[in-house]
Amino acid sequence: MSPLVRLLVSLAISFPLLLLNVVFIIWFERKTLADIYGGIGPKHHGPFGLFQLAFDGMKLIAKEDVIPAKADKMLFIIAPFLVFVPAFMTFAAIPVYNNIYARNFDIGIFYIFGATTLIPVGIILAGWASFNKYSLLGGLRSAAQQISYEVPLLMATLGAVMLSGSLSLVEIVKAQSKVWFIVLQPFAFIFFFIVMLAELNRAPFDMPQAESELVAGYNVEYTGMRFAFFMFGEYAMLLVMSALVTILFLGGWNSPIPALNGLVPGITWFVLKTYLIVFIIIWIRGTFPRLRVDQLMHFSWKVLLPLNLANLLITSAILTVVYL
Amino acid sequence: MPGAKTDTIKLNIGPQHPSTHGVLYIKAELDGEIVKNAEPQLGYLHRAIEKLSENRYYHQALPAVDRCDYLCPNLNELVYCMAVEKLAGIKVAERAEYIRVIMAELHRITGHMVWAGSLVNDLGAMFTPLLYSVRDREKLLDLVEKISGSRMFPNYNRFGGVKLDIPEGWLQDVLNYIDIQEKNLVDFRNLVESEIFDVRTKGVAKLTTKQAINFGLTGPLLRATGFDWDLRRDEPYSIYDRFDFNVITEKDGDLRAIYNVRIAEVTESFKIIRQAVKDIPAGPICNKVPSPLRPDKGDCYVRIESSKGELGVYLVSDGSDKPYRLKLRTPSFCNLRAVQELVKDYKLADLIAIVGSIDIVLGDVDR
Amino acid sequence: MAATKASKKSVSVPKITEETADITIVKEKLKSVAKELHEKENLHFEHLSFITAVDFGDYLELIYQFYSYKRKHSLTLRTRVLTKDLVIDSLTSIWKAADWQEREVYDLFGVKFKGHPNLKRILLAEDFPGHPLRKDFACKNDEEYILK
Repeated sequence: MSPLVRLLVSLAISFPLLLLNVVFIIWFERKTLADIYGGIGPKHHGPFGLFQLAFDGMKLIAKEDVIPAKADKMLFIIAPFLVFVPAFMTFAAIPVYNNIYARNFDIGIFYIFGATTLIPVGIILAGWASFNKYSLLGGLRSAAQQISYEVPLLMATLGAVMLSGSLSLVEIVKAQSKVWFIVLQPFAFIFFFIVMLAELNRAPFDMPQAESELVAGYNVEYTGMRFAFFMFGEYAMLLVMSALVTILFLGGWNSPIPALNGLVPGITWFVLKTYLIVFIIIWIRGTFPRLRVDQLMHFSWKVLLPLNLANLLITSAILTVVYL
Repeated sequence: MPGAKTDTIKLNIGPQHPSTHGVLYIKAELDGEIVKNAEPQLGYLHRAIEKLSENRYYHQALPAVDRCDYLCPNLNELVYCMAVEKLAGIKVAERAEYIRVIMAELHRITGHMVWAGSLVNDLGAMFTPLLYSVRDREKLLDLVEKISGSRMFPNYNRFGGVKLDIPEGWLQDVLNYIDIQEKNLVDFRNLVESEIFDVRTKGVAKLTTKQAINFGLTGPLLRATGFDWDLRRDEPYSIYDRFDFNVITEKDGDLRAIYNVRIAEVTESFKIIRQAVKDIPAGPICNKVPSPLRPDKGDCYVRIESSKGELGVYLVSDGSDKPYRLKLRTPSFCNLRAVQELVKDYKLADLIAIVGSIDIVLGDVDR
Repeated sequence: MAATKASKKSVSVPKITEETADITIVKEKLKSVAKELHEKENLHFEHLSFITAVDFGDYLELIYQFYSYKRKHSLTLRTRVLTKDLVIDSLTSIWKAADWQEREVYDLFGVKFKGHPNLKRILLAEDFPGHPLRKDFACKNDEEYILK
């Protein structure tokens, strides 16, 4: 198979699959949230309202595409793609099973974080180009937030990397075939989870969108498909990060019950674990109020960073002793 | 940067905004995230209730007054009726006094609960807490509908009593409702009082008693600063002197203190209702009122403790069958003034929370 | 001046019934009387409930309702301003609560408060014609108003 054909085939399979997953997560979130606050959620279209999102998509496509008169037109148009594209780029490095992946990068983690750092750029551009004070504030918040959370995020990842001795995601999962890293690195897991919420702009760190203050933050002026791109990008990142937690700390496709090894395909475990994380994130959103911007910064620089460093120090000390 | 020029930005929050509790419009001046100045602009819900009442008979003004504070309409009716009764020298039927107290306390509960829910919503939670309290309010509205025939605006009080007698089984329904609400309150507190809620509310918008009194703050906001004052106890109106309840105070005067006061007051309201249901006597529900009602020349000021603070009616009669002047001293209006002073140098997110903590109902502010 | 004359002496020791005291003063004295009401230890009126006005044709009666949490007594202070000359001292420097109350009276009655830091309309639009709570404010019926 020539590389071009291979690329086209994998795109044809993976892209709709990803979109389906994202759409499913949006439906899943609405249903879960509804359950938490005592509502019903989507229910009219299809079984359990599963087709709701198809109709929502139709509505978004049919909507008028409004560009504010004073907006910076070029940037305004580019911004959604800068959020959407990197989010989908990261999927290339996510291994779903031993041999199911688009690319097995040697530096998979590095690649993912490299791609995700592009997202704040899109958000800041969207905030700036909209010519709206709310979106500007949202964009600025997002910039500050992403920069200060990138550091602890990478540090929390290092815990898993040090244990497995590899930056390749496949290797990291393989290193967990006996013991998951959540057991060996519980603190790194907690830090990673918290920081991930901030990185995803999810509650309780959803300042850039901050519905009660900034209305919808950076995407307040976007309508129709442009808005949908933001939405897709956001939920795609949610999926990627959940998958990353699964890979780094929850043993990826390794079965939690040794007796079931080989009976249930590993990919099932991977999907289940990922969706468990997705569920927890949604659960948090349904429950907690939002932190304040300054508290968020304090938390990142004064709490998470030192604790992360301490965790790394202890880990490396133990590793040195073990391998001496 | 030396020589760099910075400027504040002016942000218009509202009148259409997810967390302005209706149609409040705040002109805010921001330095980055820090609020330098914020000035509420009112009047988007001004329905000229005072002017309307001047052109209507005394009893016709009642539905208009109802629409002031649409979360606890019964309290508005109560204070207006009390003012007219005082001016015209009408005695209230004994049984009606008890019904009035039960209704007033039910509305106080829902006022506090909906406030708490929307405060957490303003702090950035999803709708969960708000919907928890709205769910309970729904049950209360059913009760109100059963006794008065309408849900939102009962229009139930009358001069000298109340409109209709208690339907069969209603008192038991009230007790059941309280039991459910009491359980749900525990649920609600478990949901809301998280660490994030603590850091967001503790130490925010601190007020001293002296400041609070000077701003004209009343009700839970004043009690949260440690000032022991409740019109129900200290200037007992209706039959509140017959009930045994506590006045809740807190020391800190911040958002968290206000929250604590209000939540504890809900429990006190349960107590009052239980006592009232137990003691309610049989008898007529409404005394005879002269028709047409022409109170003697004169004026009076009557005030009660609403869920938000001192709710008063100043009524002037010129001896005719219409009020010459009806002034509503609404707590939301007087308390909202404090926002201007409170929010300075707090963050934008706090501004929303502080406005939420005042418990404004825009119908009550604009009248 | 239609207002009842009340000497300062009679003000400083108002007759306090168990319910409420009720005094009327000339408008020139308002500020000094108010200061005394607020500061004098035996009066100590720290709470200003409301300020409002009532239109009596050729004069408006301004009503200030005070309460003292410490002494537990209340006071209704009345003063009159002629419709021709609707100016009176502002009390915002003593009670911050007076700020919006005075703005409301200005908005709905047209009384100008001297020394008020921010005397603007509060409930009605800036360009609203007239002051609606005055008795001479013509209430057009709705149709007429909409047609206009």
